[in-house]
Amino acid sequence: MAKKSAVRLIPVKVEPASSLTSAQKSVVLEVCARLKSLAGPLIPILHGIQSALGHVPKDAVPLIASELNLSRAEVHGVVSFYHFFRSERPGRHVVHICRAEACQSVGAVALEAHAKKSLGIDFHQTTPDGAVSLEPVYCLGNCALGPSIMIDDRLQGRVSPGRFDELMARAKVPS
Amino acid sequence: MSRITLYVSRDAAAQSVGANEVAAAIAAEAARRGLDINLIRNGTRGLLWLEPLVEVVTSEGRVAYGPVSADEVAELFDAGFTHGKPHARSLGPVEQMPYFKDQERLTFARVGITDPRSIQDYVDHEGYRGLEAALALEPGAIVAAVTDSGLRGRGGAAFPAGIKWKTVLGTQAAQKYIVCNADEGDSGTFSDRMLMEGDPFVLIEGMTIAGIATGATKGFIYLRWEYPDAKVALDAAIAAAEQAGYLGANILGSGKRFTLEVRLGGGAYICGEETSLLESLEGKRGQVRFKPPLPAIEGLFGQPTVINNVITLASVPIILDRGAEYYRNFGVGRSRGTLPIQLTGNIKHGGLIERAFGVTLRQLLYDYGGGSLSGRPIRAVQVGGPLGAYLPESQFDTPLDYEAFTKIGAMLGHGGIVVFDDTVDMAAQARYAMEFCAIESCGKCTPCRIGSTRGVEVIDRLIAGEDAAKQELVLRDLCNTMTYGSLCALGGLTPYPVISALNHFPEDFANHTAARATG
Repeated sequence: MAKKSAVRLIPVKVEPASSLTSAQKSVVLEVCARLKSLAGPLIPILHGIQSALGHVPKDAVPLIASELNLSRAEVHGVVSFYHFFRSERPGRHVVHICRAEACQSVGAVALEAHAKKSLGIDFHQTTPDGAVSLEPVYCLGNCALGPSIMIDDRLQGRVSPGRFDELMARAKVPS
Repeated sequence: MSRITLYVSRDAAAQSVGANEVAAAIAAEAARRGLDINLIRNGTRGLLWLEPLVEVVTSEGRVAYGPVSADEVAELFDAGFTHGKPHARSLGPVEQMPYFKDQERLTFARVGITDPRSIQDYVDHEGYRGLEAALALEPGAIVAAVTDSGLRGRGGAAFPAGIKWKTVLGTQAAQKYIVCNADEGDSGTFSDRMLMEGDPFVLIEGMTIAGIATGATKGFIYLRWEYPDAKVALDAAIAAAEQAGYLGANILGSGKRFTLEVRLGGGAYICGEETSLLESLEGKRGQVRFKPPLPAIEGLFGQPTVINNVITLASVPIILDRGAEYYRNFGVGRSRGTLPIQLTGNIKHGGLIERAFGVTLRQLLYDYGGGSLSGRPIRAVQVGGPLGAYLPESQFDTPLDYEAFTKIGAMLGHGGIVVFDDTVDMAAQARYAMEFCAIESCGKCTPCRIGSTRGVEVIDRLIAGEDAAKQELVLRDLCNTMTYGSLCALGGLTPYPVISALNHFPEDFANHTAARATG
C-alpha cells in the first residue's frame, strides 16, 4: 500500500462562474476586500454591494461566499432573510410606504391603495418605465407626522394621496 | 449690526415636512437682504406638529415660530422675526409653552437645544460630565450607581440595567462588548431616532461609561437602515469624539480603551430582539437564540455582552453626573426615572414628552395631545408598539408605570402611544397584528411561525361570521399557545393586541359582516 501515485487530486474551482458583468464583479470584489476584515462582515458587505449596484445580484452570492469562505447556502440564507436586500435591479427611485399602525390611524391604508393604483404596480414591483419601485416598510420613525413614505433615503411626512402624486411627479423627472 | 442666530431642525421628522426648504429659504432671504446670519441645524424640540419650527436668538432668549413654510419666510423677515417681533406664526419661547414647560427632560436635556454636530456645544451643555465622574470610580461603583438609580431597560422589557452590567463585569473574558440596540422597529416610537439625530454624543458617552464599567473595549450600535440621518449623525459624532480623545485607545488620558462602530440592519423587525440582533451582528440570519446562556455571559461572538436600548444607555451619563439618587427620585413604584413618551398616530399635538413615570394616558392624550387630529372621539390607543395591547377609553386613567400596565394585561414597551379615532376597525387591527407577526417571524419556533398565519385565517373566518363562537374559541386557544409556547416576545406578545381588541371591542368582530354590508 505504499504506492505514492494513488493520491488523486480533486479539481477545485477557484472562482465561481457567474453571469455578473465585469463592472459588477469588480464592485463585489472591491466591497468584499474592503470589508471582510470586519467582525461579522457579511451584512456590511451586502449593504456595500446594494448601495453600489442597487441590488445584490443572484450571481454575486457564490462570489461573496467564496470571498468569505462561507457556503452559498449561508450567504443566500442571509440575503433572503432581510427584507431590505433585493435580488432584482430596482427602478431609479425606491419608494417605501409605511404600513404600520401609527400611519394606519391617519390613512396609510388608503394611501397604499392609491399608490398601487396610480403607479399601476403592486409592492415589490417596478413601473414599466423603470422610474419607481414600490416597497412596504414597517415604521419609518415618523409616527407623529404620518402617513409617511421614504423616497430613496428621504423621509416624507403627512403624505396625502394628492401629495403622493406631486412627489412622484417630481421623482419621475430625470435629474 | 450683530450676527443673528437662528435654529431650524435637521431631524428627519422636521425634514419630512419641509425643514430643509425652510432653512434654504432663510439663507437665501438673508443673503438677499444682506443680513449676516448663523443658521444652526439643531435636533427637534419634539413638538412635532409645529415643525418646521424656527427659533431665533433674541435678547429675551430663543423665540419660536411654527409651523413655518418656505413661502412664508420672506414675510417673517418683513415682520422682523430676526428680532423676535410678532407674526401669525409666533409661539414665544419654547420653554414657556405648556407642552414643554412641565416636561422633565433628563435624557433629552440637550435635544433641540444644541448643535448635534458640535462636540463643543455638547461639552458646554454639561456633556461628558458623567464620563469624567465614571473615570474617577471603580468599575463596581459605576455599576452600583446604575443599579441604584433604578434604571430599567427602555427598549420594552424593562429589565434592570444594573443587573446586566453586573453580570458582564463579573464574567471573565479576553473580549467583552457593549451593544446598543438601535433597531427601533415599534410603530409609534421614534425616541431613539430623535435622540441619535439630536444628541448623538449622549449615547456615545453612555456606551463609553458602560465599557469602562464592565471592561468592554468595543461597542456596536445596531441601527436600522430606515434611519439614514441617524447614521450620518452617529458617524460624525463618533469621528468627533475620537478626534477629541473621548473615544479610542486612551480615553481622556485614563489609559482606558473604547471604540465604537455603527452597523446597519436589514429591515427585519425581529432584530430588535436582543439575541437575534446579536446573530445579525455576527453576519447571520436574525434568528432568535435560546436563553440561557444569557448574552451577558455568552453574547456577541460568544463573549460577555451588555446589550441595551438607545434610551437606556443615553440615560446613564446623567445618572453618573447627578448621582443615582437624583434619577431615582423621579418616577413611581418600581418605575424610576423618566420615560420619553411618544404621542403619535391620530393626535392633534403629536410629539415627544419626557416625563417621570406616573403620568396618566388621559393627561397625555388630552392635556398634551389635544385630542385626535381628525377631531373625532378617540376610541382606542395602542401602547408599546405592534405587540402592545389596544386600550379602550375606560383604561385611559392608567398611569404610565410598568407594573400598572402589566396589571391590565398591557405593556408600556418603548413608550409609544398610537391613537385611533372612532373610525378604526378593531377586527382589522387584530388581523393586522397576526399578519405582521407572520411577515416578521424569524421562523425558529412553531407557535410564532405557523400560529400567526393560522391566526390571520381564523380572524378572517371570525369576521366573516363562519361559526363565530367556535372561531373565537380557536383564536383564544391559539393565542394561548403563542403566548406560552413562543421563544421570544414576537410570538409571545402578538396575542396582546389580538386579545385586547377582542375583549374590549367585541362589537367590531361580531357585526363586521353586517356593518360592511350596510356601511
